[in-house]
Amino acid sequence: MRFAVIVFPGSNCDVDMYHAVKDELGAEVEYVWHDRKNLDDFDGILLPGGFSYGDYLRSGAIARFSNVMKEVVKAAEAGKPVLGVCNGFQILLEAGLLPGAMRRNESLKFICRQVELKVENNQTMFSSTYEIDEVITIPIAHGEGNYYCDEETLAKLKANNQIVFTYNGSNPNGSLEDIAGIINEKGNVLGMMPHPERAVDELLGGADGLKLFQSIVKQWREAHVVNA
Amino acid sequence: MSLMLEPNPEQLKAQKVYKEMGLSDEEFAMIEKILGRLPNYTEIGLFSVMWSEHCSYKNSKPVLKKFPTTGEKVLQGPGEGAGIVDIGDGQAVVFKIESHNHPSAIEPYQGAATGVGGIIRDVFSMGARPVAMLNSLRFGELDNARTKYLFKEVVAGIAGYGNCIGIPTVGGEIQFEPAYEGNPLVNAMCVGLIDHKDIQKGQAHGVGNTVMYVGAKTGRDGIHGATFASEELTDQSEEKRPAVQVGDPFMEKLLLEACLELVKSDALVGIQDMGAAGLTSSSAEMASKAGSGIEMNLDLVPQRETGMTAYEMMLSESQERMLIVVKKGREQEIVDLFSKYDLEAVAIGTVTDDKMLRLIHNGEIVANVPADALAEEAPVYHKPSREPEYYREFQAMENEIPAVADYKETLIKLLQQPTIASKEWVYDQYDYMVRTNTVVAPGSDAAVIRIRGTRKGLAMTTDCNARYMYLDPETGGKIAVAEAARNIVCSGGEPLAITDNLNFGNPEKPEIFWQIEKSADGISEACRTLNTPVIGGNVSLYNETSGAAIYPTPVIGMVGLVADIEHATTQTFKSAGDLIYLLGETKDEFGGSELQKLTYGKIFGKAPELDLEKEVKFQKQVLHAIREGLVASAHDVAEGGLAVAAAESLFGSGNLGANIKIAGNTVSALFSESQSRFLLSVKKEHQQAFESLVDARLIGEVTELPVLQISSEEGLVLAEQVEALKEAWKGAIPCLLK
Repeated sequence: MRFAVIVFPGSNCDVDMYHAVKDELGAEVEYVWHDRKNLDDFDGILLPGGFSYGDYLRSGAIARFSNVMKEVVKAAEAGKPVLGVCNGFQILLEAGLLPGAMRRNESLKFICRQVELKVENNQTMFSSTYEIDEVITIPIAHGEGNYYCDEETLAKLKANNQIVFTYNGSNPNGSLEDIAGIINEKGNVLGMMPHPERAVDELLGGADGLKLFQSIVKQWREAHVVNA
Repeated sequence: MSLMLEPNPEQLKAQKVYKEMGLSDEEFAMIEKILGRLPNYTEIGLFSVMWSEHCSYKNSKPVLKKFPTTGEKVLQGPGEGAGIVDIGDGQAVVFKIESHNHPSAIEPYQGAATGVGGIIRDVFSMGARPVAMLNSLRFGELDNARTKYLFKEVVAGIAGYGNCIGIPTVGGEIQFEPAYEGNPLVNAMCVGLIDHKDIQKGQAHGVGNTVMYVGAKTGRDGIHGATFASEELTDQSEEKRPAVQVGDPFMEKLLLEACLELVKSDALVGIQDMGAAGLTSSSAEMASKAGSGIEMNLDLVPQRETGMTAYEMMLSESQERMLIVVKKGREQEIVDLFSKYDLEAVAIGTVTDDKMLRLIHNGEIVANVPADALAEEAPVYHKPSREPEYYREFQAMENEIPAVADYKETLIKLLQQPTIASKEWVYDQYDYMVRTNTVVAPGSDAAVIRIRGTRKGLAMTTDCNARYMYLDPETGGKIAVAEAARNIVCSGGEPLAITDNLNFGNPEKPEIFWQIEKSADGISEACRTLNTPVIGGNVSLYNETSGAAIYPTPVIGMVGLVADIEHATTQTFKSAGDLIYLLGETKDEFGGSELQKLTYGKIFGKAPELDLEKEVKFQKQVLHAIREGLVASAHDVAEGGLAVAAAESLFGSGNLGANIKIAGNTVSALFSESQSRFLLSVKKEHQQAFESLVDARLIGEVTELPVLQISSEEGLVLAEQVEALKEAWKGAIPCLLK
């Protein structure tokens, strides 16, 4: 399975994502600069964190117009796994691949710390190797992670079981219903504020994020065995 | 048209316009002599910034000469963007600290942010990948709205820039003292990694080669920033807000990536940051260092505003710009490389052989001055020095043990002192994990990052106890270096070298100059004994408001090599049953201590003594034991003494406690700030091996019961739930900010 780590001007967690996949997951991965016009060679698309285009205007608001985003949309439509972390999540929201919007943290401050997440849905291609209700520790590092959507959207998210991760215990940023990560209706586009790619090595304080990447590979392998 | 506003050379001299730019009559006469004619307005501007203390070190040079700057591992000492030390395997570590004090006093967010941006550029201009940031901050007491505002905004500025550019801020230190109320200190340190083969220099070699301007456009911001940094802050300083630059970390991220791609190209000859004094310092210094000249056509400089004069362009301190020299004929490659990042790279001049910095604007030569005269020939002043009255009084005092009525209450109060209290409120705002190499995060003695693809790591810290420095600058200087090294050792690293940021008051006052000299003596001696040369740094003088100087604050930034990342050690106790040891001698030393400040509301007397030989011996013992895998936790016993160190070792431990036995005078045993002490914990099975290597005294045990319990020969001294201590320690700063 081959992953693309999309690099926008101002992305800065691209290196973390790349090494998580290459060194810890052991899968093939390549950096893809934002002007690339074809993602056909890749089986999974990773949108890393950072400050694409300086977060000017609004987080993710400019990045969504990058050439590569048309390809990301195409990949999502084709059913390929698309994971957006932090700024990557914000870009997915701006691009309309996921519903809702992001506001500044309730404290109005950037927050970097380890937080506990609860796995609300383990029936997705991103969470299948977790237990349901499993509590995992994954770091956050963001200034705008206060997820919001209207009531109708929230009802839909709940009805379709699209809320994959919630903050367990204390909610660090004020997000609606403690939402930390959501998936699209089709189940192949996940956006989350916490950084699973930063939690793949015990040396750095924990490896609870690794299962997320393993879930993606597992699903892909199963799909390809079926196809073969 | 704007030229009409500038005085002509005769007016300049007659009206002494140069004085407003910070030049003295004597300096103006020297310039006239160097040129053999009267300088014009642009030229006098060039001299005024290059001969400012900030750029020329004209007042501090005689002191800087004292520092040991060489060593077998030093690849680059002071003089370039940043110093470089060999760490084996063809790799090297690059680091430097720099101040942005005056801008931060006026415009704290942008002042701090651009301080971060500037030091990052210094590191990547050497060709290095910046891998970590640290800082050292000083504020007044958190008891007034202005100080709270400065504190919050400075932290936000550091976070805003560092988080966006994606370099983890992994450590730092903060002290709060009334002496900094009007003049906070904001020192930022950047650490980078480089392969030896990629090391760059800021030199303009090769006659005919092309001088290119890369990065952001030039605007009118920051004009005379270097001059502003070289004078005292006054009530009118607010008017100098335009001298504070505005940072754009997104632009710098692009510039960083482009420059790191650039250094792989053999078309590149030299590269230098346009920092203080912008285009002037970068061009004059690159020419001077190479023994060449530079001619630039200012019409070609990318400009953000219209109608800029030569003077404005040369003195602008607009951020996120670099000056590079590339081989003639290779310009297009550079343009293409930068265009990938949507950045401009514009040829604006050539390298010449006449050693002149020549500027052309609107088809006319607007400046023609010897590059060496700007970069190298600033006058050097040997300022008079006088031992201050206060020092003699302090030295005559006997060590006095403050009276303590309730040990537990006192410990809790000490833990709430902002200098000791948890800095979580601060480092929570810094992305300290980005790039996923941070092994020891903020909050322990020194931060440790791994070097990906190797077994190695880097330990790093900033340190300076300015109270000791004020009481006795020479001893204080030694302590600052020794404590930094102790922190590195406690984290499992071997100290390599230091960068220093000399923050002082007005050097024209003999008592201040004495502080500078004495602290440099102390730092130098400690660096020689600890084998940690000074590979670069920064000088920030004139840190005074309304005539009152800050405490002498020479901040030490130190980096150490962790030979195997498995050696990375934290201060936190690990498991119940582990034995607790104290290494080092405790004396009745309270001069400048937290307990003295708490008891009397002021500091006085002698600073703690420091025996450098003993310090080295202990550090070697501890590092040896860590490398042998015998040490579970290691913590420098510093502000607040043993009781505070023991509490701090418990705070990150989950749910552990400690049972400790003390000897001698109880107040000293608990709260003295005697130097060269380490609090260590060791697994029982390692007891014998540990004791054979380290001269430490067994003082207690880590317990399952989450209580810190300390007793003396006479019985229980204090016992408190760790959770209660932690709450006091953690809540102090958020509470003060409310």
